Amino acid sequence: MQFGILVNEGPYNHQASDSAYLFARTAIEKGHKVPRIFFYHDGVNNSTRMAEPPQDDRNVTARWSKLAEEHGIDLVVCVAAALRRGIKDELLAPGFRISGLGQLVEMGIQYDRLVTFGD
Amino acid sequence: MSDMDMEDDGSGIVKKFMFLNRKAPHGTVYALEGLEVVLITAAFDQDVSLVFTDDGVYQLMKGIDTKGIEVKDFSKTYRALEGYDIEKLYVDRTSMEARGLTEDDLIVDVTVMSDDEMKNLMAEQDVVISF
Repeated sequence: MQFGILVNEGPYNHQASDSAYLFARTAIEKGHKVPRIFFYHDGVNNSTRMAEPPQDDRNVTARWSKLAEEHGIDLVVCVAAALRRGIKDELLAPGFRISGLGQLVEMGIQYDRLVTFGD
Repeated sequence: MSDMDMEDDGSGIVKKFMFLNRKAPHGTVYALEGLEVVLITAAFDQDVSLVFTDDGVYQLMKGIDTKGIEVKDFSKTYRALEGYDIEKLYVDRTSMEARGLTEDDLIVDVTVMSDDEMKNLMAEQDVVISF
């Protein structure tokens, strides 16, 4: 099955992006496909390479980049939500790109399931 | 609104998209940014339904005035939805009545639904996105 994933919350303050990551990783382990993950609302804050969490904590952004590299996942950050929050191309961690909401709608149209992670 | 220019993905597939609006219009950005997704989905010629439930019913309340909190009042966007061929607006009766509201308190025409009707409508959808 092809899963699209929508992440609506930023890292650390909410569990949503952790849950989204674990869901994506597990779905892939089970043989499903996760071609794209879309970041919206404060979810765009998952994409910044400027984040430096303490050594003894998980690095949410680096974890997304690694998953994307290993499985060819398209990590898409909404342009309007990103600009509103100061996220720009030059701040993006590897694997992320900025694009429009059309990329989210496409996931709904083309994939078998669209799963939202948010509050 | 730059991404409004992009339209359908060329597949010609039309799916049923339901947007579940659960939050008050102000206090968080979900309602405002959620509306953007609704408009883009309509631009992709999809079958769009909007549901207002929980505090989401406040999004449609008449007489919203945001001057005091100095944020944008986007409530007129709901009146403009018809222009985007978005005409399926549903309000959860339980949520509306729990907040002391009636249909007369709302700025647009809606279909008020019971919990059972809402459950059935939701089951018919291909995609449900919750804000």
